[in-house]
Amino acid sequence: MFQNIGEMVLLFWHTLLALPLMWRQRDKVFDQFYEIGNASLLMVCVLSFFIGGVLALQTGPTLVERGLHNYVGGLVGFSMAKELAPIMMAILIAGRIGSAMAAEIGSMRVYQEIDALQTMNINPVHYLVLPRLVAIAFALPMLVVFSILVGWLGGAVVASATSQIDITMQAFFVSMRDAVKLEDVANGVFKGFCFAWIVGVVSCHQGLVTRGGPRGIGRSVTKAVVNSIILIVVFDYVLTRILLK
Amino acid sequence: MMSTPSNNHSGVSVEVRGLRRSFNNQEVLKGLDLVVRPGEIFVIMGPSGSGKSVLLRHIIGLEAPNAGEILINGESIQTPGVMNKYRMAMVFQSGALFNSLTVGENVGIYLTEHHLRPPEEITRIVAEKLETVGLKGTESKLPSELSGGMKKRVAIARALVIEPQLILYDEPTSELDPISAVVIAEEIFELNRRIGVTSLVVSHDRDLAFGIAHRIAVINEGEIIAIGSPDEVKRSSHPVIRNFLHADFKPQ
Repeated sequence: MFQNIGEMVLLFWHTLLALPLMWRQRDKVFDQFYEIGNASLLMVCVLSFFIGGVLALQTGPTLVERGLHNYVGGLVGFSMAKELAPIMMAILIAGRIGSAMAAEIGSMRVYQEIDALQTMNINPVHYLVLPRLVAIAFALPMLVVFSILVGWLGGAVVASATSQIDITMQAFFVSMRDAVKLEDVANGVFKGFCFAWIVGVVSCHQGLVTRGGPRGIGRSVTKAVVNSIILIVVFDYVLTRILLK
Repeated sequence: MMSTPSNNHSGVSVEVRGLRRSFNNQEVLKGLDLVVRPGEIFVIMGPSGSGKSVLLRHIIGLEAPNAGEILINGESIQTPGVMNKYRMAMVFQSGALFNSLTVGENVGIYLTEHHLRPPEEITRIVAEKLETVGLKGTESKLPSELSGGMKKRVAIARALVIEPQLILYDEPTSELDPISAVVIAEEIFELNRRIGVTSLVVSHDRDLAFGIAHRIAVINEGEIIAIGSPDEVKRSSHPVIRNFLHADFKPQ
């Protein structure tokens, strides 16, 4: 385990050192960015809308019952921005993109494509890892912003359409405006940025250390997703503590 | 096909000294020593699992030895900068083509990634190298659309783009039908004749080895048991070599 952590830290460091070469890899960054961002939009939309809706449905009736209907929008808005959007997006991307990264790099390792790169003096970190990490580091925070907005909309629609809550969309957004500050959204986006590096580094590392045939690739994909999710949850706590005022 | 190395060589010499390597406490290479002369086609033969491919991976720098050293033109590959100083290429057993790239992108990847030529010139060089290996017009195909023999020829074209001084071939004719195997053998031979590249071929294909080699080394269980010209190896009385050279299926 400690060897894995050490290797991941080194991979992260080597990628940071290679950042000045990013411009050379811009085509690959754009391809990855498209794959991560655009191809995930529909899923993000559905997930976020219903998360926002469920949040309103779970908290709304209880708050309204106690005469706290002014807080429904604030609660949904605050929870989506600071916690649910970043963590849900990170887990979604770990499952969808992290697994694909580990599988692609893992199969390149198993079928000697990475060896072929090395014999041509092409650094696998520059060629494979850098574009993926840069793309995910840009895409995930953007997906978090999109998820927050759709989640708010989902909460507002459900709050206005549910008879036990019965708050107009306007009242929902006014209450949210009073409770949620731009800083809260920035916190969520920052968390998304940190989680992006976690998913990218863990998945690329698992791909690079893949051994064996198809079974090895399968094992790497599972490890990439599971380890990413565990680290996301742990770092979520750490980041929340740090960002707590 | 020929008995002496090409005079027209741009190739480098390779010297392996006391190379040892173990995996999981099992010694795979047991102190190998050999010298490959510039411009020579040197074939390393031996039964499966004898350490041939591991030796090749050490020479190209994909593995580090436990002991011993490898010298290219008299310079140790462990010395910083030596691996970059000489142009070396390897044709893998599987071809190791990048499956998500087209044939053209595969062949041109070295020039593209190192930004050595403008895109139009890379396109021209790729077309030229593909023509050299008899695959003109296949630039836009994906590796999955090619046969085993074509993949190996694309891998050779990719190696040629580097304008190598040393090419390592790992089982270049394995999994190929006899006709494709002959085509690959001719490619290896022609390249050596035309550009004088030093060629180190790992194979257990007896026809290939005796057809193209200037010299042959036979490895068994991590040790060299014979080294010399094809005729000298054929005359060897070593029981493993006799068995290896005369193994044949005899129905009862």
